[in-house]
Amino acid sequence: MIDLHFFVEIIPTLLSGLPLTLQLAGLSIAIGFALALLLALAQQGNHRMLVWPIRAFVAVFRGTPLLVQIFLIYYGLGQFRPTLQAVGLWWLFREPYWCAIIALSLNTAAYGSEILRGAIQGVPRGLVEAASAFGMTRIQTLRLVVLPLALRQAIPSYSNEIILMVKGTSLASIVTLMEVTGIAQGLISQTYRAVEVFVAAGAIYLTINFTIISALNALETWLTPYRVRA
Amino acid sequence: MKFNRLAAVAAALSMFGFMHTALAEDAPKAITIATEGAYAPWNFTNADGKLDGLEIDLANNLCERMKVKCTIIAQDWDGLIPALKVGKFDVIMAGMFITPKRLETIDFTQPYAIDPGGFAAAKDSDLGKLGASTEKFKMDDEAATKAAIDKLKPLLKGKVVGVQAATAMLEFVKKYFGDTVEIREYKTTEQHDLDLAAGRIDAIFAQKTALAATLAKPEFANFTVAGPGFVGGLFGAGTGAGLRKEDTKLKQMLNDAISAAIADGTIKSISEKWVKTDVTPVK
Amino acid sequence: MTDALHILSLGKGGWGGALLLAAGVTFALSILGFLLGAFFGAVAASGGLSPRAVPSWLAKAYGTVFRGVPDLLTIYLLYYGGSIALTEIGKLFGSAGFVGLPTFATGVLAIGIISGAYQAEVYRGAYLAVDPGQFEACKALGVARFHSLRLVIIPQLMRHALPGLGNVWQLVLKDSALISVIGLVELMRQSQIGAGSMREPFVFYLAAAALYFLIAAVTGSVFRYGETRAWRGMVHA
Repeated sequence: MIDLHFFVEIIPTLLSGLPLTLQLAGLSIAIGFALALLLALAQQGNHRMLVWPIRAFVAVFRGTPLLVQIFLIYYGLGQFRPTLQAVGLWWLFREPYWCAIIALSLNTAAYGSEILRGAIQGVPRGLVEAASAFGMTRIQTLRLVVLPLALRQAIPSYSNEIILMVKGTSLASIVTLMEVTGIAQGLISQTYRAVEVFVAAGAIYLTINFTIISALNALETWLTPYRVRA
Repeated sequence: MKFNRLAAVAAALSMFGFMHTALAEDAPKAITIATEGAYAPWNFTNADGKLDGLEIDLANNLCERMKVKCTIIAQDWDGLIPALKVGKFDVIMAGMFITPKRLETIDFTQPYAIDPGGFAAAKDSDLGKLGASTEKFKMDDEAATKAAIDKLKPLLKGKVVGVQAATAMLEFVKKYFGDTVEIREYKTTEQHDLDLAAGRIDAIFAQKTALAATLAKPEFANFTVAGPGFVGGLFGAGTGAGLRKEDTKLKQMLNDAISAAIADGTIKSISEKWVKTDVTPVK
Repeated sequence: MTDALHILSLGKGGWGGALLLAAGVTFALSILGFLLGAFFGAVAASGGLSPRAVPSWLAKAYGTVFRGVPDLLTIYLLYYGGSIALTEIGKLFGSAGFVGLPTFATGVLAIGIISGAYQAEVYRGAYLAVDPGQFEACKALGVARFHSLRLVIIPQLMRHALPGLGNVWQLVLKDSALISVIGLVELMRQSQIGAGSMREPFVFYLAAAALYFLIAAVTGSVFRYGETRAWRGMVHA
């Protein structure tokens, strides 16, 4: 059943979808991280007008499937073209590429903000007090003391989130984007050899994720030289 | 009510149980037929979750003629042939064209319908201004087809065209317009209809009867079927029932039933009920 | 708005009933998949904790593969590959025809395998969190190994595992939407069907989102209640 020759034949075709997969993952992880950091910081001050809408946003995006979010943003909002045109956003929602980026970014921002919020709260209070005793401003404390510690603390959880995002890009094929999974489906409709094609596509994702995990592990070890790993 | 509940229990049980599908050589007593369930008016799912449409009526009629117990299930379009091959079901009736390419992998009955493929676009677009035409081109006639395509090409230059993935429609647009338009592939025709209405794409290419059904809805008042229809060639002999190559006995039974349904006008009346025209294949 | 209410009504011509029924399928699919995953997860966790190389390596490979490959691909693979494998097994037992795995069972199996990979990590962590003194005390009291696991270790292990299991459950619930791609009419597919045939994608996907959110919220509070109960009588550090 396993035909090596066939694998060798389809892998270049599948890899032609890799740039799009990496683009979708990279852009949405970057946008999502920026947004997550903003949301996490905004929740540090306890302004109710700020905290409640953020909590609602996080709850909604964590409580519903990514697939539903993509469909809602792509096909759902497509129904409101006149309104979106009036507010000048149609160029964004017109393109499946941007709809996928928006859905993936918002999704990862919701999960990421919770990870970062926890990590920021985990920074010992004494350090913040010490920083202000040195005469650091709040911004300086944040930039030089709180964030470096919190971000390092967050690496293990955040790397899980990054893996979930790479996997999440496979849903973009549903809104006509031809990334690795989309190309895999096209190959199946031409060759009707589903098992081989999906195994090959799975191996590509596994390689991406393995590389990311190794890189982030190395980063964590590098940032915590004093911690001897068990 | 009581009957409904029993049926529900039976359906639930069959979800858990294993399905044994037909044996290759013997005359099957029960078969499973798969359709897409998202291709109105040929096959679609209505509000109570039941499958309905031309092919559902036809399938039931054929099964009655064959004296075989049939179960009709829905399956995503791009999974139909792979799933048939691994034995998820025995027959495909899903508006599937008998194309030369598919015949390499699976077998088909004789056609039970012939329906050309065509474009639909906004009425005020260059393509839409052509309006609907009853002209039909046989793609086996290369010269005539090329002339018709060359007339359409300038109207479509640089436009975005939506087609359903894994279809002969997609093969057509790739082959004849691949250098002219941007192609977007959709899982279902319903999805490219939504994007046509939303203005994300400029035109769609699909079976003419399906286009007509879509354009009859109020949201599509500003859209029209545009240009001629295409048959033959890439589209093969028409729409047929797909089955595994080894199921020769089943093929024989289905062919006899289709011949009978063509002869006594059943296909004509079912097609007039659902697609408002007669799609009976003419010999 | 009245349009939307009419489309989603429970009465004749409304899709409300179909959506609620599909939400029930989603719930059943998730629960059964989660339970199957608990079994796979427990087996993999014990493999991962084993001092021997082969079980520990197998457990690690299982976790890495199914947490690293998109769930969509795992589901497709089981759907197409599962039937081929079953047919081969069927041949061994003398069944000549095709043996198909129905979509619901495939869905449960897929969710079981995927969530098992995540649950294994949770169980492994929880096992390691149990005070080693508890094992020694059991041994000192002469409690049989099976009884000490059942009566002493597992109740404490669950205490540590519950928060993690709550997270996996939420993941499972959302993953169940992907089962729609193999044709099972659960909540996601039912809303796709509705969106396509009524051409009202916004209403249907919004309704689906609301139902998923509701199921997630209600079951989430069940997990929180379980956590409080598991920790009753204990003082939090």
